[in-house]
Amino acid sequence: MRLVGLYLALFVFWLLMSGHYEALILGFGIVSCAAAVYIARRKDIVDHETLSWYLKPKLPFYWLWLLGQILKANFDVAKRCVLPGSRIDPCVFLAPADQETSVGVVTYANSITLTPGTVSMQTWDHEIRVHALTRDGARDILGDEMGARICRVEGEQ
Amino acid sequence: MALAVDIASWACLVAGALLCFAGGVGMIRFPDVYARSHAAGVIDTGGALFILLGLALQAGFTLVTVKLGLIGLLLFFTSPTATHALVKGALAGGLNPLCHQLTADETAALADKASP
Amino acid sequence: MMFAAAMAGVLAAMALTLVRALLGPTVFDRVLALNTFGTVTVLAIAVLGFLMGRPQFLDIALLYALINFVGTIAILKYLQYGDLGASGDSGKSPDAGEGGR
Repeated sequence: MRLVGLYLALFVFWLLMSGHYEALILGFGIVSCAAAVYIARRKDIVDHETLSWYLKPKLPFYWLWLLGQILKANFDVAKRCVLPGSRIDPCVFLAPADQETSVGVVTYANSITLTPGTVSMQTWDHEIRVHALTRDGARDILGDEMGARICRVEGEQ
Repeated sequence: MALAVDIASWACLVAGALLCFAGGVGMIRFPDVYARSHAAGVIDTGGALFILLGLALQAGFTLVTVKLGLIGLLLFFTSPTATHALVKGALAGGLNPLCHQLTADETAALADKASP
Repeated sequence: MMFAAAMAGVLAAMALTLVRALLGPTVFDRVLALNTFGTVTVLAIAVLGFLMGRPQFLDIALLYALINFVGTIAILKYLQYGDLGASGDSGKSPDAGEGGR
């Protein structure tokens, strides 16, 4: 079942990439997708945990919210990069990560890194070491809005 | 209509170019690897997002836009992973960040100030 | 015209990251600059495709983004373990794993 899904996803991806719809080329596409699925099965990399994560209905809303945060942080950090006399005040701290699954923690750490101004340095099961460019950035992470949102996405079945 | 799209695409491309430039300046100005990774983050997220958006507006609803979207998606998944791996490697390589290490008390104080 | 403006910004960013790669006091500075240079190169190829009216360049940009990521991870792994074939389990910290595969 999962393999059929993988095959369909790969084939749609192939169609979008190639833009050719003649019989011969389509045949090549079908064969190469089948080969890729066979190799994925042999290597046992068809993932069980990640897929269900991407099917959560709230995830797109979280991504939109994250996009807004990224834009805000971008302009702040860009200003600090360019304007003369602007101060940076880097600090390192441990932020709690209350997500239950490892995919949740990874999503949280990646979201922290994706937002300019904060970078996750090390991750453990329930803690992330974060490097922040400013105290305001540190406060945003420690306020735990982002973490709580990921927990809410994770909470759906 | 075409004019509005052109203006929006101009704005996106100029914003992306400026963000890329700002990130480059930050790469030169900031004091250590960890601070520079933030400047790199500006190029990886903001610069890429705006330039790809500007190009997509020019392309309209075609396969080209789908490819631009895939490039954007790929960059947004790989760049934090690469940055995290790099920073973790720098930490494991014994490079200490040039900054203040917050104690547990200071962390708690910041968290208190953040939550209303 | 607008593609030329975008190209100018991207090229300036490329020059600045290249300067950092040459200056960089530590090897990690150089790898960071190289990774960013790769990202900017992807953008430059995409803009160049539009500048020259050849959207086929986007395929190259997509491929370059993939290779850039794999290359950065490979360099970092080599730096940390001294061996590209090392299994990831030998790391010191109990890491929760990373996003990409």
